[in-house]
Amino acid sequence: MKIILLQVFLIVLVLAISWRLLTGGGQRIQAVRRLGLGAFATFAVLSILFPNVWTRIAHLVGVGRGTDLILYGLVIAFFSFVVTTYRRLRQVELRYTRLARRLALDEALRDDPRPPGSVPTDADGA
Amino acid sequence: MKTDDVWLVVPLYNEAAVIADVVREALQAFPNIVCVDDGSHDDSAVLAAAAGAHVVQHPVNLGQGAALQTGIEYALYDPSMSYVVTFDADGQHQVQDVLDMLERIRRDDLHVVFGSRFLDARSEASALKRLVLKTAVVYTNLTTGTKLTDAHNGMRVLSRTVAERLQITQNGMAHASEIVAQIGAMRVDGAPVRYAEAPVHVLYTDYSRAKGQSLWNSVNILVELILR
Repeated sequence: MKIILLQVFLIVLVLAISWRLLTGGGQRIQAVRRLGLGAFATFAVLSILFPNVWTRIAHLVGVGRGTDLILYGLVIAFFSFVVTTYRRLRQVELRYTRLARRLALDEALRDDPRPPGSVPTDADGA
Repeated sequence: MKTDDVWLVVPLYNEAAVIADVVREALQAFPNIVCVDDGSHDDSAVLAAAAGAHVVQHPVNLGQGAALQTGIEYALYDPSMSYVVTFDADGQHQVQDVLDMLERIRRDDLHVVFGSRFLDARSEASALKRLVLKTAVVYTNLTTGTKLTDAHNGMRVLSRTVAERLQITQNGMAHASEIVAQIGAMRVDGAPVRYAEAPVHVLYTDYSRAKGQSLWNSVNILVELILR
């Protein structure tokens, strides 16, 4: 087996990215993410060293080329990323809206010369 | 008619050109008006306050649905409030229609009266707009179990009971369908909400046409509804 410079570079890159993602975020989610990332990194390194491992797996599941299999995997991964990100942003938006509304209401109730529920006087023209 | 137990909730976003007139006209019939300024870049909030409305200002732009929810919560601070009316800021809505709807909700002891521009021929929507609105209402009726003719009309009268239970979370334009969906699923003392539709005249002026949402937005609304 001959290790070329590109392979060394890619392995270092995978390890560096994994390290950044592994450090940092609730307990169980973090643990699952770390395990998943560990497996992913191991597999990434292996597939850099033995590029035809993907082709063999592809043949096993009835896909012609390893690159196709990786593409399908990426499409699925990307879509799940889009959906989970959308959900998370919705949650963030909900919280942020509540916070902004609380601020707006507190400010209005404080500054309103005739806050809602105050007894109307003749000056109100009501 | 008694209107001091009614609050008009007006979502306000960059309507400086018309808001003062809209508020002044509505004030003649309704003493309680709250304009929720949704982070306008113009003088909308100042003009609305000067015209005599209560003003609540969102610190940042959140969307029309969020502004409605804020206005409803503000009106709920008034213990003598019995009805909340949602009313557009751009001058499309007629005060007389609100008065008719209020008379209806009181007379028939309803919880909600939705405005509909399709119950009579007064509103002159373009054929394409009509088609999109009709498609939207078919979708809303199918998914919410309600029977309405116009699901995206900004004019509604809500009783306090319903206003207390409503939780609009769709900040964008999908709030109209969300309101219908929540009211369709709502139970008051174990019974479904009593609602009706009343004809309203939506006045399409050049101003409102220029400001109004483009039909492309119906695509966005659909996506927001599916991906809620």
